[in-house]
Amino acid sequence: MGRSNRIIVTVLGKDRVGIIAGVAQVLAENNVNILDISQTILQEFLAMVLIADMSGSRVDLTTLKAQLDARGKELGVRIDAQHEDAFLYMHRV
Amino acid sequence: MLALDEILETIKMVQEENLDVRTITMGINIADCAADDARATARKIHTKITRAAANLVRVGNEIEREYGIPIVNKRVAVTPVSLVYQAESEEDYLVIAEALDRAAAAVGVNFIGGFTALVQKGFTPGEKTLVRTIPRALAATRRVCASVNVASTKAGINMDAVCLMGQIIKETALRTADRDGIGCAKLVVFANAPEDNPFMAGAFHGPGEPACVINVGVSGPGVVKNAIEKMPGADLGRLAETVKRVAFKVTRMGELVGRVAAERLGVPFGIVDISLAPTPAVGDSVAEILEAMGIERCGAPGTTAALALLNDAVKKGGAMASSYVGGLSGAFIPVSEDAGMVRAAAAGALSLEKLEAMTAVCSVGLDMIAIPGDTPAETIAAIIADEVAIGVVNQKTTAVRIIPAPGKKPGDYVEFGGLLGRAPVLPLNRYGARDFVRRGGRIPAPIQSLSN
Repeated sequence: MGRSNRIIVTVLGKDRVGIIAGVAQVLAENNVNILDISQTILQEFLAMVLIADMSGSRVDLTTLKAQLDARGKELGVRIDAQHEDAFLYMHRV
Repeated sequence: MLALDEILETIKMVQEENLDVRTITMGINIADCAADDARATARKIHTKITRAAANLVRVGNEIEREYGIPIVNKRVAVTPVSLVYQAESEEDYLVIAEALDRAAAAVGVNFIGGFTALVQKGFTPGEKTLVRTIPRALAATRRVCASVNVASTKAGINMDAVCLMGQIIKETALRTADRDGIGCAKLVVFANAPEDNPFMAGAFHGPGEPACVINVGVSGPGVVKNAIEKMPGADLGRLAETVKRVAFKVTRMGELVGRVAAERLGVPFGIVDISLAPTPAVGDSVAEILEAMGIERCGAPGTTAALALLNDAVKKGGAMASSYVGGLSGAFIPVSEDAGMVRAAAAGALSLEKLEAMTAVCSVGLDMIAIPGDTPAETIAAIIADEVAIGVVNQKTTAVRIIPAPGKKPGDYVEFGGLLGRAPVLPLNRYGARDFVRRGGRIPAPIQSLSN
């Protein structure tokens, strides 16, 4: 437990220009490295999942979440960040 | 690497289907707090709890944020108080109950369990005093939960205790009459009480447990219901398979949260209780799962069979997901805490007798049921006797948490608010069993107990 420093950032909301740039900027400013991005458009809605490494992060997850949440409000989308284990534990044995 | 649809499935479960971890409960052994008098004992208990659980709420909130899984309750369970201190007067036990209440407030938990006596085979004088103190203790405190184990498969049924509990429940309701008898919502009468149950109001830290432990109770009726709703017309074997898969995923979350919490608090991880625990929130209902399976209204013929399938599939899925399963582990069917049960009871579909039948195939018993305020104590005792008999003979936990709502008649509503919800008062059979319960004594352990 707690070995991995990877987080999963999910973005859900209406698609528009600059969402990925907006999220990536918050991560870059905190020295969080993006490992993988995948996204899909369901009707006009964007569902984006981004896996990032927090080992070099300047802030803790709670602070990062608050920053992402604020950025999500500016962009009109919902942004969540959760520890990777929440997903790995549910879907992998 | 995780697939996009897996990640989105988890997010949907949490955001739309009320997936949460219902409780992380810290069990604390307080047996070493016994002192020469009640005040000194109470002081030591307070100190021990506030030290052991000092970080419980903070760590719980931290995990909630980091993993994105809501943890609805953080709670504390302690060694049954009757095993810690044998008091001669009710005042002594009141002092201890108040210390528990203050300790719970100090560490920021909403309930603390363990004002408990285990009397399945007989009372010690102290245990009888503790039980008699329950009505006053529950009226004088806000967070303390009481439980009494009156029967077990190995010991049989202590009918003197059953009879006494009928009176205690009535008195508890009367002492909290201004709040519809809410004291009774914090009082559980058990058969085969588990020692590691994380769920209130019946949680206590059993004598076989380590010094301190973290137990977790999961939830997830909404997730199960949504999965079933996506399968109209599917046969029951396929339905069971789907419930199993969902229960597995729900339980994994509990396992993760329990392990992380135990590690951060520096105490051993105990068990995951894989119960389906409803809340009054819309869509978070066990009754609605049964209705999604095709039962017109919960309580109609077919309800017991549907519940048996559900309960078994939850256990099979949950057992595979966790290394240590324990506690109650089965679907809960509380009436006031489940919007679908409330609707079914109000519609006349759900009777006390049907609820009793349902408890034979699930966890945990006649739970959060409001009955008329003028119900005689002997009738309440007889209801308890019936329910614990099901537990004793079937080697399972059963319990009674029933509220004889003062001044209320069938069809009236009781309102508790919050997670305790609201419920219509159910009508009862108008015949009683006074002469039966007044015989007292002990119903012998059944032949099933001779398993060695």
